[in-house]
This record gives sequence, structure tokens and C-alpha cells, in this order.
Amino acid sequence: MSHRYDPSETPRPLLIQDSSRALPAKPSRVPRRDFLKTSAAIGGGLCFAAYVPELAARTLENSPANEASFAPNAFVRIAPDDSVTIIVNHSEMGQGVYTSLPMLLNEELEADWSKIKVEAAPVDPAYNHTVFGLQMTGGSTTTPSEWERFRKMGAMARLMLVGAAAQKWGVPSSQCRVEKGAVIHSASGRKAGYGSLVAAASQLKPPADIPLKDPKQFTLIGKPTRRLDTPSKVNGTAQFGLDVQVPGMLFALVARPPVFGGKVANFDASEALKIKGVRTVEQVPSGVAVVADRFWSAKLGRDKLKISWDEGPNAKLSTSQMLADFSKQSASPGTIAKKSGDAAAALAGAAKTITAEYDVPYLAHAMMEPLNCVVDLRPDSCEIWTGTQFETVDRANAAQVAGLPPERVQIHTTLLGGGFGRRANPTSDFVVEAVHVAKIAKAPVKVVWTREDDLAGGWYRPMWHDRFVAGLDASGNPVAWTHTIVGQSILTGTAFEPYGVKDGIDSASVEGAADLLYGIPNLQVDLHSPKIGVPVLWWRSVGHSHTGFSVESFFDEVAHAGGKDPYQLRRQLLANQPRMSAVLNLVAEKAGWGKPLPPGRGRGIATHFSFDSYVAQVAEASVEKDGTVRVHRVVCAVDCGRVVNPDIVKAQMEGGIVFGLTAALKTEITLENGRVQQKNFHDYQMLRMFESPEIEVHIVPSEVSPTGVGEPSVPPVAPALANAIFVATGKRVRRLPIRAADLVAGSGARS
Amino acid sequence: MTSFFLNGKPVTVDDDPSTPLLWVIRDSLGLTGTKFGCGMALCGACTMHLEGAAIRSCVAPLSRVSGKHVTTIEGLSPDLSHPLQRAWIEVDVPQCGYCQSGQIMSAAVLLKENPKPTDKDIDEAMSGNVCRCGTYSRIRRAIHRASELASEKRPS
Repeated sequence: MSHRYDPSETPRPLLIQDSSRALPAKPSRVPRRDFLKTSAAIGGGLCFAAYVPELAARTLENSPANEASFAPNAFVRIAPDDSVTIIVNHSEMGQGVYTSLPMLLNEELEADWSKIKVEAAPVDPAYNHTVFGLQMTGGSTTTPSEWERFRKMGAMARLMLVGAAAQKWGVPSSQCRVEKGAVIHSASGRKAGYGSLVAAASQLKPPADIPLKDPKQFTLIGKPTRRLDTPSKVNGTAQFGLDVQVPGMLFALVARPPVFGGKVANFDASEALKIKGVRTVEQVPSGVAVVADRFWSAKLGRDKLKISWDEGPNAKLSTSQMLADFSKQSASPGTIAKKSGDAAAALAGAAKTITAEYDVPYLAHAMMEPLNCVVDLRPDSCEIWTGTQFETVDRANAAQVAGLPPERVQIHTTLLGGGFGRRANPTSDFVVEAVHVAKIAKAPVKVVWTREDDLAGGWYRPMWHDRFVAGLDASGNPVAWTHTIVGQSILTGTAFEPYGVKDGIDSASVEGAADLLYGIPNLQVDLHSPKIGVPVLWWRSVGHSHTGFSVESFFDEVAHAGGKDPYQLRRQLLANQPRMSAVLNLVAEKAGWGKPLPPGRGRGIATHFSFDSYVAQVAEASVEKDGTVRVHRVVCAVDCGRVVNPDIVKAQMEGGIVFGLTAALKTEITLENGRVQQKNFHDYQMLRMFESPEIEVHIVPSEVSPTGVGEPSVPPVAPALANAIFVATGKRVRRLPIRAADLVAGSGARS
Repeated sequence: MTSFFLNGKPVTVDDDPSTPLLWVIRDSLGLTGTKFGCGMALCGACTMHLEGAAIRSCVAPLSRVSGKHVTTIEGLSPDLSHPLQRAWIEVDVPQCGYCQSGQIMSAAVLLKENPKPTDKDIDEAMSGNVCRCGTYSRIRRAIHRASELASEKRPS
């Protein structure tokens, strides 16, 4: 027996409420639709909308609001004690949406900010993405897509509260104003807190017309505002998927095939079943599941399993072979993704041509919280707790496995210990598997992936090869640019293929290349999409994560080949791009472009347009005798439209830079004999504090609607660093991660 | 049966003595503020204190703590009043927040042993804690700030 620690003795100042069991899984009044009929594609900004504003505006029939609360729509609930609960339909995975979306709503509601609480939305069409038409978080779209809706939902609530007060006082609404959670009638000096108005406001009809503030009147949007989730993240109370505890819950680990696409041939569980606490060992579609009373028993049990695998067709996969194959394939043109002018003719007539090939590896998302999912499967319902970015898709996939209609499946979205795209999986791999395990567990069960499972589990950023040829005129200006891309398509074969893949081009494969901003008159971008048995997925910045590196590195090569300053050539060719020019000039100024540096240090510059935002960065680096790269400083300028919370924008730029530097300096997933070679953080290393540079972020003020923030700082940092290394050492980096051996004095990397 | 003190309170568990302390505290005792990141003492997410020293609880067997005092993030302060918690909130360090319990527990030992750490001291003390969201520059800033807050608290 155990003396359980009583958590109630620890204060739990939870600002993020647990919505567990708040919503019974009963059908709402609005008919649900098959998500595939109504939903959107996720890649490359492509979309088709099924956002129905009327859904957002309705109160959920099964809303947890008690009778006493005022819930004018699906996004806000005001209680008699003046507390305001904002229901957030996007997942919090570090990007700050549990703060920035409440800021949008409260800009119009004008409640007392200290009374705001946040609750994760249940799965319901009311919460569908306004562009993609399904409930999800990704593509750096949360703030842009909710920019109007969250403000409207707040304004609707405010108008009704004002209406209730005006009615009570017998004065026109127009004579009332609001301030910090109260309606005020200045002429008579009357004042009523929102909490005192909830019953009366609930009786009113929602207004037909919901005008929004002139941005000049904003008091919250644009102000650095502390995150609402921080207190719970510094005292251990923040609840991630791995922390969910359900009464009677068991734990499970799954032994998965060593090769992608492999299958269990047979297995012997006799030794595993001898481990104390192991309850059952059974085959599931993804492998062999070990169910036990505790995680550790399940882990020991899995270690004892003897499994023979039918390794299937991928047992010979080798990334070193793929590297050679991709390079060979890039020598012939692929399917045209972009063609302007006549690149072939311009190359033929160029005074000088240069060619280069770039490679980037498969990458794992490696969120700090390994994948996990809790499932409570009953005969007529299925309740799921997990950190997901893809609620609608997961619910549809889980329902299919559970043999239940989707409305009988509830998903409680917990906080995500990082997402980066891995938790938005079109196949819902970690959710579907957990439902299968729940079938054999015959009890609520938490399926946990170890770090080794997570790293070897696939769904990687694809391996890419980029081949360029540029033609320069006699003055060193680029007149032709061809770019051949080789790499797996992310969208092909998924439910999103019809929307993201057009004429053989997966938009996510060529983003950042086919939409090149530089004014080069003759441009051709083409694509090979080899089919390889390694599952691939979007990874923070998706296709931009390779085109940022290759395009901006090659542009630097072009500048040096033509005897041009890399910053000045960018300025010249971005003359028709005022927003990118502005960030470029700002970053050059702040970084002191052209000013002397200590000996051995180089400065590199890069720009990249992604997720509708403009980013430019300058990196300062040096290389030690043994080839070790030191990144001293990164300066970043960003134009992401109107800024909701400047401190969160800065944090995302900082985080994206570290994420991008980790890819530049540290990580790669390789395969030999079909097996992933990396096991844990000793051979898939993360950048650590002592390697993390000084980072400076400068935001360009803007009045246009907000654009992406979570991803756009990732693509430019690897090329800015590689370009700095070229200046410092004369060696051109054309393959990530950067290898010390290539940078040792006298080694092969060349200019 | 193994008995030890968890955040000042006596607890007794019947887990096998070889079970890593992390899983005893998370699964058997239900205290989930300490996180699982790697299981190999590589990332620091599971950092807690054993008799005041930072340990990686994912590789520390239960037998090691018998009769001893263990402190987790939940035991750092009852009310967010620890200088590190105040500084973390002031600087708004966390993004996803998953690694932050471990970061704070490592930083707490650093500040206890070295109340005025330099950047270099911080880099060295924190090198075992990984943050995938990349909050390192803010962690550094918050440790300096916590150092100030702690000295303000002390009578001059």
C-alpha cells in the first residue's frame, strides 16, 4: 500500500482550468459533419473554408456554464463573482495563445484582466479554425485567423452587458461606457460590475451588428502583457498530457517495429508477464502493447518481450544511399513549380554561372514531452486526454477505431510540452494507437512513448536536396536562377492531398523557393518527390526549413561570386518588396553591418518570407581550431503585421532561433538497414544554454492584420550562420548539420 | 516498503526499490510537477533535490532516498514566493513550460551555493537542462533577477 501524497496540501493557483469531464459526450444541437467534407488542407497556406460564424456565436448547448453564468457565445463565460472564463480553441504549446487570444477578446470585453481564466475548448464545430474549417493549431495561423473572431466574441458580450445595465437603469446604452469589468453611467454616477449583470444580460438577444474598436483605441493589444500560464508552469501545477491521472488508470508501452512498415511476425510474452504489475501483453496494429499498473512495470515488461518482426519493404533503407540518389536525381529537371522568363536561355548567355548542391537531413520534432495519450473507452463513449494540435482529425480517427460516432468521442486538450507539428498528424498515430490499446486494457489507460520511441517513431521533417544554378551578368548581377528540389511530399497520401498537391507539386515542398522575393528576371523551380517508406510530417516552418537554408546560402554564394556585398545585393533585388526591405535594413543597422569585428569572427545575413511574415537575421560566428562553431550573437528583425503581445513575439523569435540553430549545428536522423540510428539526447543533441547566443529582436511597427509568429524566425538562422562561417573561414557550408570536421583548417569544405 | 520525506512530509511506498524515483513520485505518489524527458539523465527535466543537492530522478533508484529528504518543484514554495518563481514570472521565461520545473530546481541549487553567479557560472550550472523552446536567454536573465530578489529579501 502507498501513502499517497495529498496534492490538496499544495496550493494550486491554476489559471489554466482543467476542463476534464466538464462536458458530457452528448450530441449538440448543431448537426456534426464529416470533417473530410467540410475541412481544410493544412499545408502551404492552402485552404478551403467551412468556418460558419453562426456556430461561434451560439452558446454550446452542452456548455459547462451553470445557470448563473452569462455565456453569450462559445468563447466567453462570465460568472456572478465577476470571473471571466475564456474558452480557447487553439492548443497552448508554448507559443502563448492562452494569453494572446484572451487579450484579443478582452480588448473588446474590457473585463478586469486579473479576473480572466482560460479553459481549453472541447471539440465542437463552433471552434473550427476560421480558415481551415477544422479544430486545429498550426501553420502559425492562430492569431491571424482569430484576429477578428475573438474580438467580436468579446464585443458581443460587452454590448449585452451594457444593454442589461442600461435597461436596469432606464437609460440609453449610448450613455454608458465600460471600464475594468464594470458598466458606468457617468451622468448619474451609477456603476455595475459585470458579475451583477449576468442574469439580466442572459435574457437579452445577441446584437446583430457588432462593431469593433478603432485600433487607435486599443488598450491591451500591442502592450507587453505577462503570460497567464506562467504561474502554473513554475510550481508544477500545469497539466500536460503525461500528467493526466484518471481513477483506475493503467499504463502501457508499445514495442514498435524496428523498421518503418514492419509487422509483428510472432512474439513471446512469457518473460514480460512475469514482471510484477504487468497485466496484459497483446498485439495491436502498431506492435505489441504491454499494459501494467505503473509506467515502470510496463517499461520493464517491454524490455523482456521477444518479438520476431516481418521487416517489410523498408529493411534496406539507408540515408547515405538516399543522399547519393537525391543528388543524382537533382541533375535532371523535375516537375515545374515556378517558371518566369527563360532561365535556360539566360544561363546560356550569362557571363558567369555558378552551381551548388545543398543537403539537409530528416529531423525529429523532439518535443520535451514525449508523445502520450490517455483513453477511457466505454461501450458507448470514448474519452481522450492528450496534448494535440489536431482535435477534429483525432476525433474522427479515434471514433473510427472505437466504432463510435464522432460525437461520442470527447477530447480534452491538455497543455502541450512542445508540438512543432508532431502533434498534428493526419493519421492521429499516437491517438489511434492508444484507442487500440484501450481495447485490450479494458480500463482507462495512459500510453507513454519513451524518448527512444519518440525519436525512432518517424513523422520526420523530410530529408531534402537542393540543386541551384545561377547566371550572372558582366556586372555580377544575377540574371537567371534555377532550383531543383528533391524530397518527399508531406501531403501526398493524406486526406489533405487534394487540397495541397496541385499538378504534382506539393506546395509544402517548394514554399520559400517558388515564391522567391528577389527580383531575378529568369527563374525556374522544379521538384522531384521520391516515394520513400519513411513517414514525414510538417516540422516547425515546414518546407521553409530547407528552402530558407538553401536559398539564402546560395544567394550569398551568388553575391560573393559577383563581387557584391551580400546585404547590398539583397537590398538591390528587394527594391520592390518594401516590407522585406524594411526588416533587412533594420537588421543590418542594428547588427552594425560592415563595422569591424574581433579577429576570426564573421557576420552573415539572411532574409526569409514565411507564414506571411518578413524576417531578416544577422548572425556573428567564429570557428575554433577543432572546427567547433561558436555563435556569438543573432540579431533579428521581424514584420508580422500588427503585434498583439510584443513580449510573446520576441519570445517566439528567440525560441525559433534556438530551434533553427539546433538544426544547423546538432541534429540529424539517419537510417541504415532501415533502422533509425539515433536513440536519445546523447546522439540527437539539443543546443544547450552555453551554446545559445545573445539574441536581439527588433519588431517593425505595422498596422496591417497580424501574420505568423511561431515559425518564421526558424528559416533564416541556419543560412545567416552558414554565411557568417563563410566570412570567418572561407568555407561554404552546404550540408546540415554543420560538421566540425568540415571546418577544421585545411579540410574539404570550400568556397 | 521504502520511507522517505517528500517536501517535508513522511511518505512510504511499496514500489520495487530499483524503481527510478521519478516514477515513484509521479505514478505512485501522484505528484506530477517533475517531468520525464529522456530517462537517461541527459535533459534535466526530472531534476529534484536530494538532501539539498540536484539529482536526475529518472536514473536515481528509490533505494537511494530511503530515510532522506526529497524536494520537488511542488515543495519549492507554498505560494510562488521563491525568488526563482518570482523572477521566472517577471521575465516570463516559460514557453511550453515542460522543462521549467527541472530548470528551476537546478537553478535553486546554483543560487544556494553561489548567490551571485556570473553568466559563465550559470551556463555551467545549467548545461544539463535542455529547453527545446529555446528559453535559455530568459532563464539566464531570470537567474540574475532571482539573485537580486534574494539579496533584497535578506536584511542588509
